Amino acid sequence: MTALYLILQLAWTFFVIGAFTIGGGYAMLSLIQNQVVVEHAWISESAFTDIVAVSQMTPGPIGINSATYVGYDVLFNATGSHFLGICGSLTATLSLMIPSFIIMLLIVRFYMKFRTSKLYSGTMAWLKPCVVGLIGAAALILIFRTTWTGMTPSVIVLSDNFPDWKSWCLLGGAFVAGYWGKVNPVYVILAGAVLGLLLY
Amino acid sequence: MEKKVSLWQIFAVFAKIGAFTIGGGYAMIPIIQAEMSKRGWISDDELPDIVALSQSAPGVMAVNISIFAGHKLRGVKGSIAATLGSITPSFLIILAIAMFFTAFKDNPWVERAFMGIRPVVISLILVPMVNMARKACRTWWAWVLAAVSLALVAFLNVSPIYIIVCVLVIGFSATWFKISRLRSK
Repeated sequence: MTALYLILQLAWTFFVIGAFTIGGGYAMLSLIQNQVVVEHAWISESAFTDIVAVSQMTPGPIGINSATYVGYDVLFNATGSHFLGICGSLTATLSLMIPSFIIMLLIVRFYMKFRTSKLYSGTMAWLKPCVVGLIGAAALILIFRTTWTGMTPSVIVLSDNFPDWKSWCLLGGAFVAGYWGKVNPVYVILAGAVLGLLLY
Repeated sequence: MEKKVSLWQIFAVFAKIGAFTIGGGYAMIPIIQAEMSKRGWISDDELPDIVALSQSAPGVMAVNISIFAGHKLRGVKGSIAATLGSITPSFLIILAIAMFFTAFKDNPWVERAFMGIRPVVISLILVPMVNMARKACRTWWAWVLAAVSLALVAFLNVSPIYIIVCVLVIGFSATWFKISRLRSK
């Protein structure tokens, strides 16, 4: 019964994520993280960071990959059954794609009209900066957590992801390599793994 | 395209594209282009339009491109074949890793490697964000919009879904008023 309830919850959660993701895979990460880590607390921040790492290194779109992984983990962690884990990953992956499917099929029908519409491009000019902020927030939430007691916030750095100063150096180095060096993310992650083994 | 392309063929070609795309949607574009134009499925000048549309529709760009291309070849059935094809390789790989990783999570070597990987992953989310910001934030109010969205989600723990819905409604109405004012002049 718990398993069935979890599967239905997963299906609805990922359907909503699929419907409201605008701006691609990284924007989707912020929605997945909010639902899975913050709202439902199915997965911890550090486990989610690991899932993002695996999704970046493996073939396929990062949003779909993390949904597949999260679906498996949620059911497996709750029940300990590999079979239910597979059911969970199927549920999350397919639910995520259903809204895209419906919307894309509509768009195909009105293809050219849609693209040249001023109303459409005007609305997108509002949405794009907002998506930039959402992606930034997804990164920040993996660094620290803010809790509020009344009106006073307290910001705590997540020690699982940032145990010491070396982590901050890795963050800075990876940004330089990825942004200015244009190094492929797969190599940046592999370098991170090697440095992790050497430093810790 | 005199002969009808078989659904199985669509599935197979998109499975190949899915298996060789590492790093998300944009990495997929050159591979899709090569595979599609080689078979005469999509012409080179059609691709930018398809990419732009797939980017702005909700969901993952790679899946949207598959839906679009599949639809062009065989209608709704073609969309389903292409989408299932493009996600099957990564689905199987992720599933294998997820099952394998639960057994090795507590291994000290794996744990140390991931201590190095975690901060790096966060930078790899920041890099596409900065690239997007350079294109999307050209006015001061765009920066304000980005900063407010970021602060609401990161510090006040607001769900991104509410923010998207609000900006969608505000942006749509603002554009609507702007256009109707221009028309009435």
